[in-house]
Amino acid sequence: MEICKTAAAGTLESSDCLVTVEPGNGISLELSSSVMNQYGRQIKATVLETLERLGVENAAVTVVDKGALDCTLKARVECAVFRSCDASAENIPWGGAVR
Amino acid sequence: MIKRPKPERFRLRRTMMFMNAQKPGLIKDAYIYGCDSIMLDLEDAVAENQKDAARFSLYHALTTIDYGNTEVIVRINGLDTPHWQEDIRVCVAGGADGIRIAKCESAQDVHTVEAAVEAAEKEFGVEVGRTLLMAALESPKGILNAYEICSASDRMFGVAISGGDFRKCMQTTFQPDGVDMLAARGQMLLAARAAGIQCFDTVFTDLDDDAGFEAEVRQNKAMGFDGKSLINPKQIRLVHQVFTPTEKEVRQAEKIVRAIEEQAKLGIGVFTVDGKMLDIAFVPGAKRTLKLAKACGMYEGDLV
Repeated sequence: MEICKTAAAGTLESSDCLVTVEPGNGISLELSSSVMNQYGRQIKATVLETLERLGVENAAVTVVDKGALDCTLKARVECAVFRSCDASAENIPWGGAVR
Repeated sequence: MIKRPKPERFRLRRTMMFMNAQKPGLIKDAYIYGCDSIMLDLEDAVAENQKDAARFSLYHALTTIDYGNTEVIVRINGLDTPHWQEDIRVCVAGGADGIRIAKCESAQDVHTVEAAVEAAEKEFGVEVGRTLLMAALESPKGILNAYEICSASDRMFGVAISGGDFRKCMQTTFQPDGVDMLAARGQMLLAARAAGIQCFDTVFTDLDDDAGFEAEVRQNKAMGFDGKSLINPKQIRLVHQVFTPTEKEVRQAEKIVRAIEEQAKLGIGVFTVDGKMLDIAFVPGAKRTLKLAKACGMYEGDLV
């Protein structure tokens, strides 16, 4: 998927994260997390995997994590990407690229 | 991916706790509270501009989190919104046990949802008929059409009244004795029983009024409801207490079933036990108590 415009999803509440995607060259990821020392590497891997599954090759991604589980990270990244293409409201490929 | 077992149309549903599908902090460990069902909400709890985000959150919760024996129902947006079709797709794809139809007013509403559910089951390779339905009646029209709604589909397991919207339509407010919704509750119970499905009462929203809550739960039980919708885990324990049969009731029910079976073999139809008249008409009620006790883990016998 092509990141057409800046979009965000999520919140800064506990157990959640705020994901922002912007158009970019290649993938860049800026991560801050309340559990950086314990889970920083895993969070990064989950975000990058999710972007790859969605076929996103160019994006500047910012994640502010407040202790989100993997399933929440995925949900927020996906929502932000679909929002950036104005495609988040219907016909989501549940079980396909979103899984 | 978590594969949930095939949902049971009729199971124990004393408590059904609402939670916002958009809030990860709430839904990630909802099974620890011990309610019989959780109701992940895509409707009123989710702001209009977060409907899309709530679906992504819901999908991953449904496919990642093991809710165990807790039933997982999703409340979808009303048929007058642009959201309900995608809501149904995500529920079915994620393997939710059932869907609650908000603001249901006619059998046609149930049929509309059922058609979309079936299409989604085919799209996502889910067994056709797996996804159960329940209806929320929130308007006078919904209450007046309760029977056609309750009997509209084999997927329907229950019906619930939604107090907030209903009271607004009726130009009344919450009354401690329940008189504001007495007719509506009664009509809905009649319809549900006639159609052979379960019936659930609305939420009690004043979390500080313990006495008022208990009074309402006891009235629910006395009127014949199967359970109640809840908004807070602290409400679960009392509802379970009230809706679970007592040891004495279970023993009495067992005695009744055994006595009637034994007397029938001797060719006796009506007789007395402990000074009370008994005949075959008492069997269904006693068996229902035993079934409920079994579902609550209190009875392990073989009479039901």
